[in-house]
Amino acid sequence: MMELESSGWDVIVAGGGNAGLCAAIEAAETGARVLILDAAPKPYRGGNSRHTRNFRCMHRGPLSVLTGSYGEEEYYDDLLRVTKGKTDEDLARMTIRMSEECLPWMEAHGVRFQPSLSGTLSLSRTNAFFLGGGKALVNAYYNTAEDLGVSVVYDASVGHVVIENGRFTGLEVDISGKTHLIEGQALVIASGGFQANTDWLAEAWGPAARNFLIRGTPYNRGRILRDMLDQGAESVGDPTQCHAVAIDGRAAQFDAGIVTRLDCVPFSIVVNRDGQRFYNEGEDVWPKRYAIWGRIVAAQPEQVGYAIIDSKAVNDFMPSVFPPETADTIEGLAQKLGLAGNALAETIREYNAACRPGTFDGTDLDRLSTQGIEPPKTNWARPIDTPPYFGYELRPGVTFTYLGLRVDRTAQVQTGNGPLSNVWAAGETMAGSILGEGYLAGFGMTIGTVFGRIAGQEAAKYVA
Amino acid sequence: MSLDLTRPEGAIAEARRQSEICNACRYCEGYCDVFPAMFAERTFTDGDITQLANLCHNCRGCYYACQYTEPHAFALNIPAALAEVRAESWERYAWPGRLGGLFHRSGVAVAVALVVGIAALFIAMRALVPASGEGFYAYLSHSIMVAIFMPAFLFPVLALVMGVRRYWAEVGGAPLRWAHMKEAARRTASMKNLSGGQGQGCNFEKGDRYSNARRHAHQAVLYGFVLCFASTSSGTLLHYVFGLEAPYSFFSLPKLLGVPGGILLTIGAAGLVALKMKADPALGSASRWGGEMGFTLLLGFTGFSGLVLYAVTGTSLVSLMLAVHLGAVLALFLLTPYSKMAHGAYRFAALVRDAQRRA
Ligand SMILES: Cc1cc2nc3c(=O)[nH]c(=O)nc-3n(C[C@H](O)[C@H](O)[C@H](O)COP(=O)(O)OP(=O)(O)OC[C@H]3O[C@@H](n4cnc5c(N)ncnc54)[C@H](O)[C@@H]3O)c2cc1C
Ligand code: SF4
Ligand code: SF4
Repeated sequence: MMELESSGWDVIVAGGGNAGLCAAIEAAETGARVLILDAAPKPYRGGNSRHTRNFRCMHRGPLSVLTGSYGEEEYYDDLLRVTKGKTDEDLARMTIRMSEECLPWMEAHGVRFQPSLSGTLSLSRTNAFFLGGGKALVNAYYNTAEDLGVSVVYDASVGHVVIENGRFTGLEVDISGKTHLIEGQALVIASGGFQANTDWLAEAWGPAARNFLIRGTPYNRGRILRDMLDQGAESVGDPTQCHAVAIDGRAAQFDAGIVTRLDCVPFSIVVNRDGQRFYNEGEDVWPKRYAIWGRIVAAQPEQVGYAIIDSKAVNDFMPSVFPPETADTIEGLAQKLGLAGNALAETIREYNAACRPGTFDGTDLDRLSTQGIEPPKTNWARPIDTPPYFGYELRPGVTFTYLGLRVDRTAQVQTGNGPLSNVWAAGETMAGSILGEGYLAGFGMTIGTVFGRIAGQEAAKYVA
Repeated sequence: MSLDLTRPEGAIAEARRQSEICNACRYCEGYCDVFPAMFAERTFTDGDITQLANLCHNCRGCYYACQYTEPHAFALNIPAALAEVRAESWERYAWPGRLGGLFHRSGVAVAVALVVGIAALFIAMRALVPASGEGFYAYLSHSIMVAIFMPAFLFPVLALVMGVRRYWAEVGGAPLRWAHMKEAARRTASMKNLSGGQGQGCNFEKGDRYSNARRHAHQAVLYGFVLCFASTSSGTLLHYVFGLEAPYSFFSLPKLLGVPGGILLTIGAAGLVALKMKADPALGSASRWGGEMGFTLLLGFTGFSGLVLYAVTGTSLVSLMLAVHLGAVLALFLLTPYSKMAHGAYRFAALVRDAQRRA
């Protein structure tokens, strides 16, 4: 440990996910002495990046696995739509433009891409999928970093950033139960959001947050973010906002990842604990509604919902990891789900009566709408009448939080008195600088790659 | 509501549990033929799982890429789960009956079989000294060789055919078509399923780094074996059709095929053994490690002893080496349906079945 403390690190990267790795590689390629500290043990290295599958990439013509073209304007329009304009146009456009050169850079540093996965064809033009997913990407970057001589310490949680006169001088780091002071010339903060810190979530959301499930790593607890904010770093992003989707309620509290997503909502009715419907399940195609259902379910009593389908719908969506509860009668299903049988039966009777004849088309908006009930179901409304019946418990699954560090075009961390001269931030921890609200699939990895690379280059320039 | 995450009893049930998790994830789609076949189903019969298992080449890409490996509660280890099902399936299909398990599991049993094979040849050569004959036939007459090796070749072929028929029935194979066989042969020739999907290779001996070493070593063994086999076949043809009897000169077909074949087989098997020593046994069928190792060594030894036999031509060592080499060949042949060697037949059948699925 002594070598660790007095090694004279040029660049220390706090957080070994996608953003941190991109920064470490860029810095090491200039010959800088680089140290990565990650709070997780080695098998869980790579934070939320471990769970990802693709990144969104601008391209003027077919590029690697990407088909067609996806230009700056279309990309920016997509971003404006999901953020409802809450973005920083300059930073956003810069990120979008730089995403194009990221893809070949990623390939040159060991990342491999594969064609869009079965069931996700709609993304084949905009999103480049990683072969093997995010963990394979993370592994490739760790290997590249190792070959470049980067040192890595796992199980190393940064507790405090020592800042003297507007300059970073060292980090207090907890390693195997002891706190070490590790000195360095420059710091890149890439430690993600704070979604795994339930207390902090509860501060922002109230006690309901304790029922939220965290889709990714348990190690993104916002320790560095809080420490930096306490020391006067400027924040961006709404502290009460997080990206949450509806996932299978039986998922573990942390780290269940992609497989607990439930795609059955548009073909179901969703009721709350009291057996009552509360939102139009058929509002739009699922990829466009996926990300709002976390919040919708979070607003229900006990933050829980139940999606009910019948046997007609079973094959209309991608399977999820846990088998649904099933029964031959609505009452039987209600019992298994822990709902009042008569309330559920009554809701379904009303809903069935409101369904209209028409042609069902699970692949597109089919305008098969209910009539005369509130809330309506405006697409894919078929009566639930063909046993066996199936039910899934839904809970909000938090992907990441929005509150983060404000950075400029060079990824430099800002304070009320101007930028910190030798501290940069990249990835989820500064994503709020660009994503004010909403989310564009694959943009998290794009932000992390673009700003990770910039942060690494800038830090290396500073120590050169 | 709580969820039971304990592992079910039985290799097939465990592989099914894991496949259902993969089916909700799909990140590994591009590595091999297993995942596209898996993702075409929503539920998996025992036959489906057996087919997936035999399609898997244990490249291990999907293990290192998986965010759900232990200590995660999902405890994914697709290469090991499928290896277990695969090995069990070969033991189950073995014909006749229960001859399988032993040589799959025990390297010692393979070694004993080798010793028995060599001893059998010694005894034959002692007891049945030929009256006359040239070359090898001076030690063991041609008719005795045929009497030993004809059944020792035909019986394993029959046994494999019987086993693969059982396999075919269980995985629901359709009638054979030339196009599907050709497609399977193409994939075998290039070992596509050890290519990592993009030619970068597999994750066998270097953990999460890719390497083509195993693919190349395996192809050396495969092509070496095919060349040796072609060498013997060409000798048989020369003998019966053209009346040209052994010994053959270096520039004869049997030697031109056999020498490079023997070299490839020896080097390839040595490579596979070295790689297996470095690889993590927990990502294969751990209980079959010994049998697999034993068999790979036997394969290499067969090639090597053939080369030595050729090298000692004209010396007093010929009779010794002839018994050793032919004993190894005998053990190799007889063990084929009941050892790792059987994987070739089932793997090819699985590739044909998959070509049918894709068609
Ligand atoms: C299930 C899931 C699927 C997703 N899919 C996609 C997708 O397909 N495409 C996409 O673009 N985005 C996706 N996202 C979002 C994406 O994961 C993030 O945007 C991205 O991974 C952020 O990268 P990062 O490097 O900033 O953070 P992370 O990858 O989370 O890395 C942060 C690292 O910092 C470490 N750390 C935290 N605190 C400390 C501390 N105090 N000291 C030391 N180290 C610390 C953590 O251990 C972690 O390794 C997904 C998220 C989830 C949860
Ligand atoms: S092995 Fe793991 S990463 Fe690959 S498809 Fe299966 S669950 Fe997903
Ligand atoms: S080990 Fe290799 S061949 Fe087998 S399923 Fe995994 S990726 Fe495919």
